[in-house]
Amino acid sequence: MMTARTTRAGDGDLFAALPEVDEEAQRRLHARLVAAANHAGILDVAYRTIDTPVGTLLLAATEQGLVRVAYPREDHDMVLDQLANRVSPRVLRAPARLDMAAREIEEYFAGRRSLFDLPLDLQLSHGFRRTVLSHLPEIGYGKTASYAAIAAAVGNPKAVRAVGTACATNPLPVVVPCHRVVRSDGTVGRYVGGTDAKKALLTLEAAA
Amino acid sequence: MGLQPFEAIVAEYGPTVLRVCRAVLGPTAADDAWSETFLSAMQAYPDLRPDSNVEAWLVTIAHRKAVDQLRAESRRAVPTDDLPEKPSKDGMPGGWESDLWAALKALPLKQRQTVAYHYLAGLPYADVAAVLGGSPDAARRAAADGITALRKAYLKGEAR
Repeated sequence: MMTARTTRAGDGDLFAALPEVDEEAQRRLHARLVAAANHAGILDVAYRTIDTPVGTLLLAATEQGLVRVAYPREDHDMVLDQLANRVSPRVLRAPARLDMAAREIEEYFAGRRSLFDLPLDLQLSHGFRRTVLSHLPEIGYGKTASYAAIAAAVGNPKAVRAVGTACATNPLPVVVPCHRVVRSDGTVGRYVGGTDAKKALLTLEAAA
Repeated sequence: MGLQPFEAIVAEYGPTVLRVCRAVLGPTAADDAWSETFLSAMQAYPDLRPDSNVEAWLVTIAHRKAVDQLRAESRRAVPTDDLPEKPSKDGMPGGWESDLWAALKALPLKQRQTVAYHYLAGLPYADVAAVLGGSPDAARRAAADGITALRKAYLKGEAR
């Protein structure tokens, strides 16, 4: 020990007693930053992840409500970059704000919840797409509707393809039930979380 | 490309800023300085130009927060200046405060700052000078003197 210390290696060795990374301290300080930022009203986007039968979901919320749910195939790092650019770069991993959302999603996957009762922030969806998304909760748990039926319901029966786009770009999958929109020929159609995830959700809802 | 999520900034630079705060302020006050630095940085972050040198920006903020703390400390400490520091018990890794911090604390503030900003944060002397004021040459001399004194006091086991 003494020989190592008295060796005149790089000046960096002088500071060997001062750890480069002190994980315990980083955890403590991160929690303190989250609390202070929240208190100061500058925690614009809080996020966490949650493990579900269809993969690890990223959940993000503004002060208004849940703003994003993302499947792993969307690439969580890319989704966080998008949130930084489109909502605010003041983004922190801060699970507490998402406790209620996480609990409801867990209950949903356990078959104990058929309706989400969460404040939503739809700012990532605009215009016609947003109109479509706001109609989706009308398709009840365990039911499905065709893209054409949704187009008709929003008063634009020719916009079948645009309804498909609205579903494909749903920033809040699972919670805003775009998985209940299927093709007129009875096949499930495409899904932001992948066709298998869509089938899994429809199977879950049919069984309950 | 725009700004990264602030979480990535905390993850990438948090440990270095903590080392800097610890080297300048010691184990006890470092937590407060780090917290104020990152809260302040997060406040200003949306206005930061995406091509900015984030590390120099954070060290500049940390420097100001540390100076504020030192001022507050000296105001509080006026009548009892010479009391020995009690070893902190709030979860710092054992030992570093007694040896390395004693040696750092013995340095003049300017030397301690230049050593921390150059050797721990890795800022070039031009950036260190921008943070501290003064010329890059003065920063280089202060850092060299600081490192020499630190070697003498700490590596040769003369620190108390």
